[in-house]
Amino acid sequence: MSIGTLAKQPKAPARARSRGAVAEIASILWRNRKARVGIVMLGIFVAVSIFGAWLVPYSPKDSSFAAMAGPSWQHWLGTTQNGQDVLSELIYGTRVSILVSFSVGAIATFLAMLIGITAGYVSGWVDEVLSFLTNVFLVLPGLPLLIVLASYAPGRGMTLIVIIIGFTGWPWGARVLRSQVVTLRSRDFVTAARLAGDSVGRIISREVVPNMLSLVMANFLGASTAGLLAAVGLEFLGFGNPSQISWGSMLYWAQNSSALLQGQWAWILAPGLCIAFFGMSLVLINFGFDAVSNPRLQEESR
Amino acid sequence: MRYFVRRVIILLCTLWVAITVNFMIPRLMPGNPVETMMARFHERGSMSPSAMKAIALMLGVKHGNVFQQYWQYLGEVVHFNFGVSYTYFPYTVTYMIAHALPWTLGLVGISTLISFGLGTALGIVAAMRRGKSADGVLTTISSFTNTFPYFWLGLAAVYVLAFVLHWFPLSGAYNAAFPTGFHWSFIVSVVHHGFLPAMTIVISSIGGWLLGMRNNMINTLNEDYVLLANAKGLKSRWVAWMYVARNALLPNLTGFAMALGFVVGGSLLTEIVFSYPGIGFLLYNAVINEDYPLMQGIFLIIVVCVVLANFFADLAYVLFDPRVRRGGTS
Repeated sequence: MSIGTLAKQPKAPARARSRGAVAEIASILWRNRKARVGIVMLGIFVAVSIFGAWLVPYSPKDSSFAAMAGPSWQHWLGTTQNGQDVLSELIYGTRVSILVSFSVGAIATFLAMLIGITAGYVSGWVDEVLSFLTNVFLVLPGLPLLIVLASYAPGRGMTLIVIIIGFTGWPWGARVLRSQVVTLRSRDFVTAARLAGDSVGRIISREVVPNMLSLVMANFLGASTAGLLAAVGLEFLGFGNPSQISWGSMLYWAQNSSALLQGQWAWILAPGLCIAFFGMSLVLINFGFDAVSNPRLQEESR
Repeated sequence: MRYFVRRVIILLCTLWVAITVNFMIPRLMPGNPVETMMARFHERGSMSPSAMKAIALMLGVKHGNVFQQYWQYLGEVVHFNFGVSYTYFPYTVTYMIAHALPWTLGLVGISTLISFGLGTALGIVAAMRRGKSADGVLTTISSFTNTFPYFWLGLAAVYVLAFVLHWFPLSGAYNAAFPTGFHWSFIVSVVHHGFLPAMTIVISSIGGWLLGMRNNMINTLNEDYVLLANAKGLKSRWVAWMYVARNALLPNLTGFAMALGFVVGGSLLTEIVFSYPGIGFLLYNAVINEDYPLMQGIFLIIVVCVVLANFFADLAYVLFDPRVRRGGTS
């Protein structure tokens, strides 16, 4: 639909191409049923993270309730070992967890683009070196590396976790983007831009990136999902900041006060489900991006 | 042959980089963990200066400049000499790793095998019934289980099946009442203890195999030779398994070979949740006790496993797919 309106504008071709690409991706995404469900789910999570402060039944810091109480009408998910309301913590923690997830995704994707595009576009020995670096980082096992880095690092905290995970999460994306750039580089419109005297920066930002936007987005969502899972894992092991409320630190506290053995199943169940549903919303949206970049996977509409 | 040589060079380079990274991490981080550890030995106070000196040497407080340290370090690594564990003091790091490794290999190896086989088969089914309800159910469930934090799944399994229903033991890998060895009661207790962690690993990893295989299948379904096979009037099931699945399996097989490398370090959290005496649990104990020699030894072993598996995955790919052989480089 919006493609039709754009087609009527004769001027500003480069602009129209990139805006058209966005509109086209959006419409393919929305037509894909899985992606649509994912977008709605993600929307709910984002809304909760923004308006969480008004949604909580109690202040998450309020520890005046009976400790370790099971689910009840006053406390739908029970209370913690300090007498805080679990549901309030869950809602409040959404913001931190989503923020962690997306910051990791952004850092990892930025590095993946930087390294992947440079390797793919420049080629030659630069490509050899960067590809080798990518392959090495690709085989360094994630969680053990994160644990070793985090245990050597001075201090603990969310920022540290985000930085460590972000800076180790780029190689997969770099490899995918590199191979895409290699195929794009020899395409006619890129050659045309080069012959027209466009600078490298302009070619990359105007010709190359818009044509692999869906791959970049898919990479961002994948890195965000993996980032959240890694962050939750590290927090669970106590590498995070346990006094900052997030889904991961909730699991840490629940495990440390042996919530399950005392019958506090809701305290463990709820954050885990939130993590799974949030991750699933991103994966579902990613199905849509797969369809954008690979028409064979596109579903017949509806 | 050229391909092989190239792979070996990449393998050696990667190993070297991994070992060097392992050397550099503690030296780049601020603070000196080994000195902190020595200080703690001091606090115990009961040791004579000569004993302290011996431990300092064993724990790798090295003298000389960085290059001498590095050379010394490489020599030790080549001889699998990672020093002495701080937590399990008289035992060496190599000894501790050698005793934890079989548990991890058994548990995670078997689970990975089951997960790969089942996931791939289900992926073929999902692709063949693409767009039908079976496909929708399978892909939705697997994208959900794929995003489970798998230690959380373990916690839930422990609570329901072990704590509430008492079907399985809460933790550990075997019943200490039986003597270790290859006899019936011990083996049964090992299987009994291993079932829950294995189930957790299978459930949380099967989705990746399923979705990957489904995508490969769908890509292969559009190849010309599949069209030809269908046009020849071959039975669709025959085409699906003998034409499509065989070719679609290749990327999944590479993934499988790589997953075998991640077996050693891939399920740390599951082992921690179940207190399973494998490499992951050992690493966790090393970390919470700030046992740096043990931690580094484990990390190095994990990395070496992954790098080697990656190498064999590349070789296997050539074996299975003749197209790569003729393609020459990379």
